[in-house]
Amino acid sequence: MNVETLFALCGCALVGIGLYGLIVQPHPLRKLVAFNIMGSGVFVLFGALAKRGAAAGMAADPVPQALLITAIVVAFAATAVTVALLLRLIESTATASLADEPPSGD
Amino acid sequence: MELWTSTHGGALLAAAVLLPFVGMLLGLLLGGRQVQRVAFVFMPLGLALALAITAAWLGEGQTLVYLLGGWAPPLGIALRADGPAVAMLLTVAGVVCGIGIYARADFGTPLGVKESRAAFSYWLLLMAVWGALNLVFVSGDLFTLYVALELLTFAGVPLVCLAGGGETLRAALRYMLFALCGSVLYLLGAVLLYGGYGTLDIPLLADAVQPEPIAWAALALMTAGLLAKTALFPLHIWLPPAHGGAPAAASAVLSALVIKGSWFLVVRLWFDVMPGVVTLPSAQLLGALGAMAIVIGSVVALRQERLKLLVAYSTMAQIGYLFLMFPLAFDATGNALMHGAALSGGLLQAVSHATAKAGMFMAAGLIYAALGHDRIADLAGVARALPVSVLAFVLAGIALMGVVPSGAYLAKKLLLDAADGSGQWWWTIVLQGGAVFTAGYVVLVLVSVLRRRSAALVLVKRVSRRSEFAALALAAASLLLALAALGPVPCHLVSNPLAPKELATTVLVLVGGALLALGLSRAPLLATGRSAAGASDGRLRQAALAVGMAFEQADRLARRWPVASISLLTLAALFGGLLLVSVPK
Repeated sequence: MNVETLFALCGCALVGIGLYGLIVQPHPLRKLVAFNIMGSGVFVLFGALAKRGAAAGMAADPVPQALLITAIVVAFAATAVTVALLLRLIESTATASLADEPPSGD
Repeated sequence: MELWTSTHGGALLAAAVLLPFVGMLLGLLLGGRQVQRVAFVFMPLGLALALAITAAWLGEGQTLVYLLGGWAPPLGIALRADGPAVAMLLTVAGVVCGIGIYARADFGTPLGVKESRAAFSYWLLLMAVWGALNLVFVSGDLFTLYVALELLTFAGVPLVCLAGGGETLRAALRYMLFALCGSVLYLLGAVLLYGGYGTLDIPLLADAVQPEPIAWAALALMTAGLLAKTALFPLHIWLPPAHGGAPAAASAVLSALVIKGSWFLVVRLWFDVMPGVVTLPSAQLLGALGAMAIVIGSVVALRQERLKLLVAYSTMAQIGYLFLMFPLAFDATGNALMHGAALSGGLLQAVSHATAKAGMFMAAGLIYAALGHDRIADLAGVARALPVSVLAFVLAGIALMGVVPSGAYLAKKLLLDAADGSGQWWWTIVLQGGAVFTAGYVVLVLVSVLRRRSAALVLVKRVSRRSEFAALALAAASLLLALAALGPVPCHLVSNPLAPKELATTVLVLVGGALLALGLSRAPLLATGRSAAGASDGRLRQAALAVGMAFEQADRLARRWPVASISLLTLAALFGGLLLVSVPK
């Protein structure tokens, strides 16, 4: 197994771990961390693809790196917005639960 | 047709993306009450720009292209505007202007206050949503589309929690997290496509892509991710609380415009990137989800106690309509996805929903503002007190039903024609039946507001006349779309609405809707003081209530986080599996 394949498989594993966390972790902060793990998995996979030089048979393809840096900035911004929302939620309700209020009995 | 060189008028596309963002940054710099003024300068400018793009597109007679910095794909980035993109640009510009006029009353900075936080954020976010949507419509490659989609989410989520209460913050956070889930799946798909074909430029990719495992995986992941952002059933976890809890002027933006961004991307992906990869069974799954959304969304809408939540569930049902065009776009052999009547019908549906739903949310917001509540059971006498708002609500409802000549009516005709043409009779039933469900909740609201009130109705606030007419104008615009759409629609589909056959359909839809409302509404629809609630309900009504309750349970179950996220993965797997087993020969 060459090093690109190893990196790509690592990326896939990270995506899987992130997905698992997103589904089973109830706390929003843990979900956010899981999202970041999943995102990192995609970035590692993209990096491995760049090394493969898919575009023109070059030694390495520079385009994915340019795209990656943008994607990382987007993920960072997403994390910042979510943390800000979470802090406001804790400020105003003193809990960080995502669950709906129990339905009013009628 | 040349897609890799800039055309005349192409620079307008870059301007359409930049203009709202320039407005946003200018507002951010000037601050205070200037924000609103900036927004009111940039709204007509943006509308004029959208009209200029339309004129350029008509003059050029082909897709407008602009290469950023003069670099051609695959290295550079192209902005492109084809027919659907131009139609959506124009719609969004018009609806944003209408919502802006409405929102002046709600989000004007009061006299004597230097800066009000909600108003300041609202106008900036409105500009941001507009810019992000324009980028979604004109992006020529899948990665720019990813960035545009994220911008749209970042601008849309804070709109949910402008009021700042715990419930709305929770709704916003759920929306954000679930949307992020969807966008990672989209990005994963885009990465796989780049790995497979070495480009993300849409026309280049469309030429290169083959029906093989990497394309199936990418299409399945991207479609599932985008459905999560569009909130198609069963991925509507965030929609009802977010759209029902936001201030009306924000709900109108979210419901009419924001969800169209990710929907448009699904259209791009299926029709422009992978027309050779998608198969009829996978499109049938998309249509089936749409049909389920229509039935469950409409029934749960009928069971709501609050008007704004009713409208939010109606949005969930209308999203279903937008996905019915996918199976209908296949030709009679079921092998090829065509850019034909079904696509025009779907786009027309999106445009008329954008205008009608904005008008409907605005009318609901006015009723809420005037009464201080929006409990459907206590709406008696509203028709007399707020005739213009009620008229706007009803016109929007009629426009959504698609019974009399309106945008949705022509859209339905186009889709019905496509269903006949491709021999898929089952979608005919869904299309006609869907109108009955829509009629159900419109009749429910109409009966509630027309009810006579024993005591005088106390209005807690006078609503702005200008806002009322903005709502009415958008609702009326949805009806008038029928005229604008006459050009591209073949004549044999347009018939006299008073002809016996058409009239019979209209009456059937309305009667069916009234029956549904009678059976499923939470409080007995026609109860007066004499037959108080709790009096012996008929057996039929009890059965209908049980059905309604079951649908509510199903909706509540689907909106639990673990269920929704597992549905997301299951859908991705299903799409992948369906693509795999139905490879075109």
